[in-house]
Parts: sequence; C-alpha cells; structure tokens
Amino acid sequence: MRTLQEQPRGESHSGHSFRGQAMSWQLKHGTIELALYREPCNELGSLALDELEKFAAALESIQPEAHALIICSELKCGFCAGADLRELYHRSQGMEKAEALRGVRDFLERIHKVLNTIDAAPLTTIAAVHGVVFGGGFELALACDLIIADKMARFCFPELRLGLIPGFGGIPRLKRDLGNGVVRDLLLTGRSFNATKALQVGLVSQMVGEGEALRAARATAAQLSKFDRETAIAAKRFIKPIPQEELRREIDIFCDLFERPAVQAGLKKFVESTEAQPYLP
Amino acid sequence: MQTADQTLDEILTLAAAHFKVPRETLGPDDDFFKTLGIDSLQTLDLLTRLEHHFHVELPDYELQGVSDFRTLAGRIQARL
Repeated sequence: MRTLQEQPRGESHSGHSFRGQAMSWQLKHGTIELALYREPCNELGSLALDELEKFAAALESIQPEAHALIICSELKCGFCAGADLRELYHRSQGMEKAEALRGVRDFLERIHKVLNTIDAAPLTTIAAVHGVVFGGGFELALACDLIIADKMARFCFPELRLGLIPGFGGIPRLKRDLGNGVVRDLLLTGRSFNATKALQVGLVSQMVGEGEALRAARATAAQLSKFDRETAIAAKRFIKPIPQEELRREIDIFCDLFERPAVQAGLKKFVESTEAQPYLP
Repeated sequence: MQTADQTLDEILTLAAAHFKVPRETLGPDDDFFKTLGIDSLQTLDLLTRLEHHFHVELPDYELQGVSDFRTLAGRIQARL
C-alpha cells in the first residue's frame, strides 16, 4: 500500500493526470488509477464530489487511450468510510427544512451521475479495496465491474441505524449483482461482511493478502489489455445494465426518509457521539 | 472443540501481537479499547482478524457494548 504523502496538496492537472485534495488520477500503460486520500477515511462530501465530477468529465477524453480503471485508497484505514455525515449534519443545521432537502437531493443527483458514468464507462473498472468499505464507499466499489479485496476488507451498509437507506445507488447495484437474501442481510441488519464472506456470496471476484489488492488489480488490468477493446466494451454493455429506474426511486425514497425528525436525531447522535464504537452498527 | 479459556488466551495473544503490546499486560477483564488504545476502526480490524483466526462470522451488533476480552471470547466461543 502506498502511504499518504505529506506535502501540501494543491490541485494540479497535466494532460492525463490530476492531483487534488481528495484524490488523484493518472493514465499509465493504458490503465487509469484513481487514488483516494482524504483523511480521516475518504469520506464522500462536497470536496470529494467536486473532484469526482472532474474525474467523470476527464474520463471522456482519457478513456479512448485506456482499457481499465482502478479505484483504490492510499489511506491505511481503508477504501472509504462512506458519505461525510458530519458535513451533511452541519450543513443542514440552520437551514430551512426545504432548503436542506434540496441540498441533499442535489448532492444525490450529482453523485448518481458520477457513479453512473463510472458504472457505464467503456473500460473494465476495478475497485481495489482494503479495510473499511462502508456506505457510500461500498456504493463506489459497487459501481465498478470487479471488486478485488484485501483479506482485511469489511463491507457494510450502516444507513438504517440513521433512519436512512443507502443513497448513492447501493441497493439497485447490489441487487443487480447478488441474491436478494444477501442484499436483505446487508441492508436490514446493517452488519458488516469480511472479505471471506464477500467472496463466498459473489460480491468480490478475488480476495488477496494484506496490502496486495492494488498489485492484484494492476495484474488484472494488464491481462485485460490483451483483449480487443471493442469486444470488451460490447461484453460489458451486454451483461451490465444500469438499473436506471431503481436508481431514480432510490433518490426519492432517500429524500422522503431524510425529512423525518428521526434522521436528524440519528445524524446528531453520530456526529456528537463519544462512543468508542460509532462504526459498529 | 477448544475450551473457552483457550479461546480467550488466543484472543489475548493475537491482540498483543497485532497491536504490539506485551502479552503479560493484557488481562481477561481489561477494557480492550483502553488497554490497546484502539478506536472504532481499529476495533473493526481486530474483529476481522478474529474472524479469520477462528473461522467464524461475528456480526458486529453482537459486539455492541462489549469492551472486555472475556465477554468477547464468550461471543466467539458461542460460534465455534
């Protein structure tokens, strides 16, 4: 695993590379690597969304030269702990209810657009994950074609304990890929699965040793480069439909639930919690 | 099947090795958050290591409110 660099991160672009405050990407040997590095654990808030949107826009010009995309994290804690709940809570304070709800819907529409772009990208996309793969981070991984997991990875949808459902496309994409019993288990119990379980149920395609996920993803990407690009694109389009209607419904359900006082209470409890186990649903 | 005492001993040994604390400083009734100085994310890491070591699935909600090694061992023992 690469370590977090310590120099200040100003945003920089140069051709097919980018370095921002939350992530970087670069095209090398036909593979795009998108690396997340926003402390504490790559929470997806407005900053990360801005940079993901830049990535989605750049993808259009980069993808003709690439056959694969790898998404990974440089942070030790894991791939991504999900939506930035602290930002969500603090931004909604002091706002009229309708204004807060408009902000939430706008955020969801924007992140859905980004994840749909990644989901449908004419490349083979690989999430190389380790450690925490929770909530929105899990949803980011689910937008990819393959998930390669470090044996210490843990997957979870903890949203129900906040009175919400996953809002970044998690349920429709999980339902597309797995049996409904597993989807219900993850969603309704809020429990986390380790990588062994995730491999057993077909959520991940490969489980590798500690610190090996990115290496394995690069090896997989190198293999993909041997195939005809148009054939790979046709195969992906054939087997991976985007569940558009369910994704739309998910946004509506999320927004309906978000209006309830129980959600604000749940967010407040999480943000202000001094419990030792806030990540344990 | 291994005994509850063996399970407890293996947990203490694994925790000491992973979090780099002397094994003899860990006791069965210690609060592992305090003794190991770990946060919630590190607790998930410990949970994953224990699941791999004992080849069990331990739903994290079963650990709600659990903070000592002995109770943790009891939860794992129940799934062996």
